Amino acid sequence: MSTLSLAVRDSSTMLRRNLLHARRYPSLTLNLLLTPIMLLLLFVYIFGDTMSTGISGGGTGRSAYIAYIVPGLLLMTIGSTVVGTAVSVSTDMTEGIIARFRTMAIHRGSVLVGHVVGSVLQSVASVVLVGAVGVAIGFRSTDATALEWLAAFALLALFALALTWIAVGMGMASPNAEAASNNATPLIILPLISSAFVPVEAMPGWFQPIAEYQPFTPAIETLRGLLLGTEIGHNGWLAVAWCLGLTVLGYLWSKAAFDRDPK
Amino acid sequence: MPTSVMPTSRSGDGRTPAAAVSAVGLRKSYGDKTVLDGIDLRIPAGSVFALLGPNGAGKTTAVKILSTLITADGGQAQVAGHDLAADPQAVRAAIGVTGQFSAVDGLITGEENMLLMADLHHLSRSEGRRTAAELLERFDLLDAAKKPASTYSGGMKRRLDIAMTLVGGPRIIFLDEPTTGLDPRSRHTMWGIIRELVSDGVTVFLTTQYLEEADELADRIAVLNNGKIAAEGTADELKRLVPGGHVRLRFTDPAAYRSATSALREVTADDEALSLQIPSGGSQRELRTILDRLDSAGIEADELTVHTPDLDDVFFALTATTVPARNTRNTQPEETVR
Repeated sequence: MSTLSLAVRDSSTMLRRNLLHARRYPSLTLNLLLTPIMLLLLFVYIFGDTMSTGISGGGTGRSAYIAYIVPGLLLMTIGSTVVGTAVSVSTDMTEGIIARFRTMAIHRGSVLVGHVVGSVLQSVASVVLVGAVGVAIGFRSTDATALEWLAAFALLALFALALTWIAVGMGMASPNAEAASNNATPLIILPLISSAFVPVEAMPGWFQPIAEYQPFTPAIETLRGLLLGTEIGHNGWLAVAWCLGLTVLGYLWSKAAFDRDPK
Repeated sequence: MPTSVMPTSRSGDGRTPAAAVSAVGLRKSYGDKTVLDGIDLRIPAGSVFALLGPNGAGKTTAVKILSTLITADGGQAQVAGHDLAADPQAVRAAIGVTGQFSAVDGLITGEENMLLMADLHHLSRSEGRRTAAELLERFDLLDAAKKPASTYSGGMKRRLDIAMTLVGGPRIIFLDEPTTGLDPRSRHTMWGIIRELVSDGVTVFLTTQYLEEADELADRIAVLNNGKIAAEGTADELKRLVPGGHVRLRFTDPAAYRSATSALREVTADDEALSLQIPSGGSQRELRTILDRLDSAGIEADELTVHTPDLDDVFFALTATTVPARNTRNTQPEETVR
């Protein structure tokens, strides 16, 4: 068997294992899904009137604010889902079965690839679910073309891939599930200090550069541009650069951690 | 400094069987703690080898290195004819490993664990199902096959673990303390399983803390102490190194005690406890000699116990200069005859 087909076959076996875990024990995934949905409902129905006033100088109402926050929440959903990835990777690494995999003549990377692909699929499924809730409460795209929808979808998938690799690295570097959950907290915090809920311009001046150039804001602004026709500007390139950079970083980090002798 | 009492490898008979595992000067340390301090091994194909040692002796580290889980700091080793460092993937293709801590996926069922192994060995779907079903039956796990492995008892987990190890038909199997933590019945089941593997011609490398277990299963035993092989040989060869096997007779009647003392030779008498110690390897013949003498003198002991040498004795025999004198009476396993 060639190296590539070995890699594909073993990775898909590992993927099936991870999906089986997710299907059999869906509570973790569902819990993580709850956060973005709760935030969506909270910000729209509880804080919505005040928030929308702050966004566009008043008068635009609730539907405009729904349009404003849904792209951010879709990306936040990814951040939230991959926290689960970090936790399940770190839990998995403490299991004896991983030691067994290491002593088998299988493709070395398949354990990690299985986690990554499984996590990206879960992220995408979660995004679709949160998106459906968004649509149900009134989110509509303003004249996005099929190509723009496709690009939006690709951006979400790429972002999910990038954050997943980072989360896998965090999971590998954490000795247990609690530590993994703590280490992955930035992935929940970052969207809160991005342009997801309020525009960067509404933040204090000293904080604006942080909010503007962290990974979530460019991705959110690009998604807004694609779905709502707002200005994308340099955010498109920034978003793609962040995604590629984080993917490479997360991959190298995870691989180095996996190749190290286990304790 | 412990010395190697027996030669490590047999030679001179012209045809030495091919080695399934051979190692020269394996070393491993974590920080300043040296876990393996240059061990040499040679295990003929088709034999059972036991690495015997207390907790922390380095047994697990040796298994981890030889099964490619971790890398050695020094020395070299071949497993199934492949060099560990140069071609670990070829080694992995030839071996099966059951570690000390259960290597089953607790979140999925026993059957799913087996099918996972079949997939990773690239068996076809039908072949995988057949192999899984066969092994589940062989290890008496069919009833539990549809239950999550996390609900299994310790013995069942161990059996599933070994069943998973056997999926690819490995020719060399590493078993790291396969019976630690098992109840006596499960332990005997496990011994039966290991004997069955051997009858299929598989080479077995096992680690254990129990001399009895090594004695039951292994063709050759190496005693690992402080990261070094302190002695290597067959069970009998090792036991010959160990003094301390004896029969102990206890009396309640001082008169019987006194007449027994004079009827038996070579006894160590303990007047206060009314007990006698007679050096003995514990064989049937030796016991009969003692019993015959007692019978012909018309003496009946109230209790007779056979003390067999154990791992401790082997260690104390091998490291006598570094260890203070010990009380042999309280630390040996006792098999009460009556």
